Amino acid sequence: MRVNLSVKIGKLKLKNPVMVASGTFGYAEEFKGFINLKKLGAIVTKTITLNPRRGNPPARTCETPSGMLNSIGLENPGLGAFLKDKLPFLEKLGIPIIMSIASEDGPKEFIELVKRLDKLKAVSALELNISCPNVMGQKSLISQDCQATYSIVKSIRRMTAKTLITKLSPNVTCIGDLAKAAEDAGSDGLALINTLSGMSINTEKQNPRLAAVVGGLSGPAIRPVALKMVWEAYNKIKIPIIGMGGIIDTPSALEFFIAGASAISIGTANFINPRVSVEIISGLGGYLKRKKIKDIHSLTGSLIYES
Amino acid sequence: MLQIKARIISNKWFKGNCWHCIVSAPSLGRASKPGQFLNVKISEGLKPFLRRPFSIHNISGGKLEILYDVVGEGTRVFSGKKSGNYLDLIGPLGKGFDYRGTRGKRVILIAGGIGVAPLLFLSKEIKSRDKLVLIGARTRDQVLCEKEFQNSGSGVMISTDDGSLGFSGRVTDLLKNIISTGKKGRGAIQLYACGPGPMLKEVCNIAMANNLQAQVSLEEHMGCGIGACLGCVVKTKNGLKRVCKEGPVFDAKELIW
Repeated sequence: MRVNLSVKIGKLKLKNPVMVASGTFGYAEEFKGFINLKKLGAIVTKTITLNPRRGNPPARTCETPSGMLNSIGLENPGLGAFLKDKLPFLEKLGIPIIMSIASEDGPKEFIELVKRLDKLKAVSALELNISCPNVMGQKSLISQDCQATYSIVKSIRRMTAKTLITKLSPNVTCIGDLAKAAEDAGSDGLALINTLSGMSINTEKQNPRLAAVVGGLSGPAIRPVALKMVWEAYNKIKIPIIGMGGIIDTPSALEFFIAGASAISIGTANFINPRVSVEIISGLGGYLKRKKIKDIHSLTGSLIYES
Repeated sequence: MLQIKARIISNKWFKGNCWHCIVSAPSLGRASKPGQFLNVKISEGLKPFLRRPFSIHNISGGKLEILYDVVGEGTRVFSGKKSGNYLDLIGPLGKGFDYRGTRGKRVILIAGGIGVAPLLFLSKEIKSRDKLVLIGARTRDQVLCEKEFQNSGSGVMISTDDGSLGFSGRVTDLLKNIISTGKKGRGAIQLYACGPGPMLKEVCNIAMANNLQAQVSLEEHMGCGIGACLGCVVKTKNGLKRVCKEGPVFDAKELIW
């Protein structure tokens, strides 16, 4: 039996629904010795800002139960260096490249970024990172406010026909409202979820394990939270959801589809098993065959329960 | 760079808090250079969750050795592994020591505690006839690898913080003594060091003050170990650098402490 793993998000066609999440895969070159990158459904780049960013001081990571905290602080070489040094390698892979972008200066910088990226063929889609918890000094995230989310997505939507994916934060009261705001503003898809805010303390020294004190929690520890948010958003919106948060193997990937995701992203698990993404691609195919499901679409939101 | 499942040949208590693991990994061994490291998936479960980086301690006949202190949950689980178990290894990773051109030089290796781990492999590869290893530890029961360094053709001097063996005081004070009493005009001295942060900082200071070449191997918490997550950065004169990729070995002149 042949199964169909291809999915569509906006105008973006993916041969399979498995991507790698922003910030966990570098600019892909780091992983070329481990897997055939061409097998991936798509690659989401580490977030790029207009200007280079140094990021946060070390220590930037620490392990926590079934997960890890990070406070990298969006370190990146800036748009110019990305286009010159990183994009050519990605472009040659011939698979969709989703460029994650963030702004240090509200809507203005987003608009400047989109202006410069709109005509670039090598960039297949844009992921709007309005949910990074690690920018020191910021009081709140764009994605913690429905109106701010709506307005930024709307202003970018007006500027480009490229597929737009909005990455949302789980650090909110009602994810459904934020998801709806992004959909109403014209987002083609949603990436759910970014990391959860957290901290960890060294009790001997009585100091925080991260120099920035707080960071973003990822890994299997956050999977139940992520799943619930995908499910809630799925019940409120019609655009496709890219589910992520603690996926480490095929069963955990399947959970997200059943909860309502159309595609999934592998994040922190790339650090532990650099081959996990391609293992999951074949695992999904195997599951569909075994369950005699012809198309991965039929799995999305297929949760069976009595309400 | 390889990712392999390596069979544990032995994993035994070594001394003090320190354990010694030997795995069968011929392909990895052939590819490895002193100062490079392995990123080890210790458990198949989630405890510990991330891989743990370990220096390559020694390589002989297809066998690869890891020397490690049991300091936390990851290394505690590691110490419970038995011969016949497997470890998922990624390596060799990072940039190791540069020891080209050491043949005619005086070479001093400075190890603090478990910092001996990468230096034994280095000592075996350095062809200089004038090799000296300074092994520093808190107390005599924690002095590691004295015999192994001697067998590698190095002279060995020991320092303990409590004076229970060898020089009484810090290994960096021993280093200062050796440099200041060294014969004038004896030629260049090259330093290599691995150990706790404050010790390495002091080695760098000594090197700068005496105009000596020094390379130090740093340790940082790592997310991925392959340069993707930007978690393990340190401050250098050329901006932040990744310990896992541009390091773990850095030139003393480059680092900002």
